[in-house]
Amino acid sequence: MFDALLRYEFLRNAVWAGLFASLLSGVIGVIIVEKKLVMMSGGIAHTAYGGVGLGYLMGFEPILGAFAFSLAAALGVGWFRRRGGGRPDVVIGLFWSLGMALGILFIALTPGYPPDLTSYLFGGILSVTRTDLMLMAALTIVVIALIAALYNDWKAYLFDDEFARIIGMNTVLLENLLLGIIAATVVVLIRSVGIILSLALMTAPAATAALFSGSLRGRMAWAAVLGAGSCLAGLWISYRMNVASGAAIVIISVAIYIVACAMRRIAHRSGRACACAGEGERKA
Amino acid sequence: MSEPAIRLEHVRVCFGRVPALVDVSLEVREGEYLGVIGPNGGGKTTLLRAILGLVPVTEGEIRVCGRPPGRGRAAVGYVPQSAAIDRRFPITVGEVVLTGRISGGPRPLRRYTSADRRHTGALLERVGIAHLAGRQVAGLSGGEFQKMLIARALAAEPRILLLDEPTASVDAVSREQIYALLREMSREMTILLVTHDLLAISSHVRRLACLNGRLFYHGEPELSQSVIGALYGCPVDLIAHGVPHRVLSEHREEENV
Repeated sequence: MFDALLRYEFLRNAVWAGLFASLLSGVIGVIIVEKKLVMMSGGIAHTAYGGVGLGYLMGFEPILGAFAFSLAAALGVGWFRRRGGGRPDVVIGLFWSLGMALGILFIALTPGYPPDLTSYLFGGILSVTRTDLMLMAALTIVVIALIAALYNDWKAYLFDDEFARIIGMNTVLLENLLLGIIAATVVVLIRSVGIILSLALMTAPAATAALFSGSLRGRMAWAAVLGAGSCLAGLWISYRMNVASGAAIVIISVAIYIVACAMRRIAHRSGRACACAGEGERKA
Repeated sequence: MSEPAIRLEHVRVCFGRVPALVDVSLEVREGEYLGVIGPNGGGKTTLLRAILGLVPVTEGEIRVCGRPPGRGRAAVGYVPQSAAIDRRFPITVGEVVLTGRISGGPRPLRRYTSADRRHTGALLERVGIAHLAGRQVAGLSGGEFQKMLIARALAAEPRILLLDEPTASVDAVSREQIYALLREMSREMTILLVTHDLLAISSHVRRLACLNGRLFYHGEPELSQSVIGALYGCPVDLIAHGVPHRVLSEHREEENV
């Protein structure tokens, strides 16, 4: 595969796309998991489908439409949450299905042969273009810079948002910023693993990282490394076995989580057994 | 005569059409240690949130150190109910207390100064959990978690401290330690303590308020059975402290029968 990597630009693009996606999903995924925003992120990702459809219908880059729709959904859900209008899960469900429905409608209205949307739904990391890569790089840099620059404020807000509000922090701005960041992450992930599978890459590495590290920074670093490992391994499997890259990446990242959970359980059991044996020896 | 630390005049707070506070007038003087008791749903937490400016007042007026609630926040430290916070969040005790030093923001590249770290270190020492500074909050007991929240509230050096059931779900030893700590702090600041702990509160606070939507009583901490009965809507045996809300619902069921 290394030879092919040197020879083919599309493979190099795929590796870069995978690394950007892992870095971003690692950092943001930990926030999504810890702040219990998994379903909201799923809703934002699926609303993006409406933007893809609109892009095809109006003749502009579908990924830009996806970004606009994700951002609108993120801010919309946030607004409903703050206003207390309707249950959050219902609002998320409505955005989720409305986005998908609009996407289907826009595609149906697009003149000519309907475009192939498989790469947007299930990912097409091998078809990432240089323009896609530039957009992914820009979004990754902006998002990581925002997280790093406001790290202490994020920590205070994520731990206890009401206290953050009481000490005078503009929590509405932080919430909107966080939702915008999730929307940007979704856009980066759409090109690598697709709308439907993006949720797995936002949650699986972050959930696995929680088994290895107790600190926020540590979890973000672990999640980024685990995500990168999943992407590279998924790409390799996809290249060797000629299977869908997005699916391979997601299956690997979920498999890592399952194996890590099992290993931790075994380690706990053997630790308890050792402790019991030690206790028995002392009593004897 | 100086401005009271907290002043409520005919305050009414509604959630939709449901009133949580009705015509509540209350003055908390500088240096006062006031306990607030009442049944579940009696508006105790709403009272604290209104003082903090977190819920809008439908009628009446609130002044905190002579200013409207939102603007008086800098003078107020707040200890929320621990159940409202996700205790599995990856953050250390020291980091949580340091967040109490933050004011305003978000501010890019915010760094805590060595003075901030010294101050929070001293507070952790004062509440008795300095040895836990580097520990993740997920590993704390209920009492340790509450002491950490008290240290965080004190980090901004407030003039008024509001506490929402700080002794709920803590063991008896921690409860006594928290009350001793609050008694010591009451010499330096105004304290408003909301609690269900009927039996213990009268021996710790200097004044008591009874709230059940309306303010039933505000005065000396020794309560008569008739005031408690009026507050909870049923006869409450003080021995059965901590479960008056259950007594209330059972009493209502009996009445309905």
